[in-house]
Amino acid sequence: MSDQHGKIVVEKASKVFREGTVVAFRNLDLVVQEHETLCIVGPSGCGKTTLLRCIAGLIPLTSGKILIDGQPVCEPRAGVAVVFQHFGLLPWKTVADNVAFGLVMAGAPRARIAEQVARCLRLVGLEGFERSYPYQLSGGMQQRVGLARALAVDPSVLLMDEPFASVDAQTRELLQEELLALMAREPKTMVFITHSIDEALVLGDRVAVLSSRPGRVKEILTVAFPRPRNMAWIRAQDTYIALRNYIWEQLRPSVVA
Amino acid sequence: MQVPTQVQAARAATGDAEQEALGRLRESRRRQWLLTLAIRVGSLAVVLAAWEVVGRQINPILFAPPSAVARAAVELIGSGELWRYLSQSLLVLAYGFALGAVLGVAAGLLMARFWVLDVALETYITALYSIPMVAVVPVLVLWLGFDVVAKTAVIFLFTFFPITINTYQGVKHVDPRLIEVGRAFRANETRLWQHIVLPAALPFIIAGLRLAIGRGLIAMVFADIYTAISGIGYLIVRYASIYQVDKMFVPVVTLGVLGVSLTGLLRLVERRLAPWLHQESHE
Repeated sequence: MSDQHGKIVVEKASKVFREGTVVAFRNLDLVVQEHETLCIVGPSGCGKTTLLRCIAGLIPLTSGKILIDGQPVCEPRAGVAVVFQHFGLLPWKTVADNVAFGLVMAGAPRARIAEQVARCLRLVGLEGFERSYPYQLSGGMQQRVGLARALAVDPSVLLMDEPFASVDAQTRELLQEELLALMAREPKTMVFITHSIDEALVLGDRVAVLSSRPGRVKEILTVAFPRPRNMAWIRAQDTYIALRNYIWEQLRPSVVA
Repeated sequence: MQVPTQVQAARAATGDAEQEALGRLRESRRRQWLLTLAIRVGSLAVVLAAWEVVGRQINPILFAPPSAVARAAVELIGSGELWRYLSQSLLVLAYGFALGAVLGVAAGLLMARFWVLDVALETYITALYSIPMVAVVPVLVLWLGFDVVAKTAVIFLFTFFPITINTYQGVKHVDPRLIEVGRAFRANETRLWQHIVLPAALPFIIAGLRLAIGRGLIAMVFADIYTAISGIGYLIVRYASIYQVDKMFVPVVTLGVLGVSLTGLLRLVERRLAPWLHQESHE
């Protein structure tokens, strides 16, 4: 058993690609507490997405271990849902069928699927789009579908892989706000990968700053803004500005322009 | 909240401008469509006219203008002769194509799924695909005789390989990110194929069928002429041998029309089954 307790425990984790020539991260330790949002920021290529895929059980670690609820992760687990940067919607399925995907894969009964799909579409504000196809929606709406699909399986852990990175700035703001509201209503453990310091500070209870290859945790900062959170209020705080500048100073050396 | 009149006016103006822009877009699309149609009709008219002019100057034993072909067509269709022979050929085409489609899709899927089959069979498939199938026909006749079985086999051989190869490619080209989505949501293998791999490969498979239908038509005439002579191929050979070129052209043109319409039909099927491939993106 691990000597550390937490919903998600990452212990001395390393991931090496191409027979050792590329090190994504090495000897990485992280703990995420139940109902906590941990944001991970870092420069491109610091292995943050790789780390998330390891936590999701999509790819194996080279060494070390990852535990969720004390159980080692070796394949995708029930109760863990991923939201992808590329949305990952199935173009041949309607919005409703995309949201139902995880439940159908789990062999859930029809009635429960219908109920969950309706509930989650309501949560992300997409009622009335059940029969649309992804290609008929804007990027922001597509990612709402991605989020609803993740929520539909009632996960206790949400893994977010730069989910708002490919939507426009205003939409991103809106989605962040809605995600905060969702988390307030149904608290979940969340690991949120982002390259936006602002996004990390607004959403995270803690922010882990990763360094460039090989990725390691440079520092973990506690972001103590009260919940429920108001983004405009947070951005007006001196603490916010100080943290933002500090993290940027941390990242600056490893950002190669 | 009270909305200032200026804002209301600005809103109305914007609304009008939007309607106008949409109208313009629709209008330009309609014009594009009409232009396409006009060019098609125009080019057809030019080709037919040239054919008519040249056709009239050549000895009717060797060539026929479209007007003569049209008259011959009326006669052959009216007497039921064209359909009688065409239906024989189409029946064999249906057998061979169905067999090629079913076995081709199955082989493509199996090779894409099972690495052993892929490695074991890939070379043969590529080699057989590159042999001109025409060369195999005499052997088929030797083995299978002259009748329906041999004819079906010819068409099968022409259609099987493009369908196999396209199906295989379709499966191999499934977006790996979507496979990962499937795995993240804990899809088992059956469901992964049912919900992700097969729908993703479908457009490739249909493209394979489209390719195969063209080759199938070639094979059909080939089988008509080079096994026991029959069907539409017989019609062509017979009228050529008695120098009734106008009548000979009727089945030839029929084959062209058949090719265009069968391919068009498969395009329609593809549009229906994979609408996301033909939509402009949102923005």
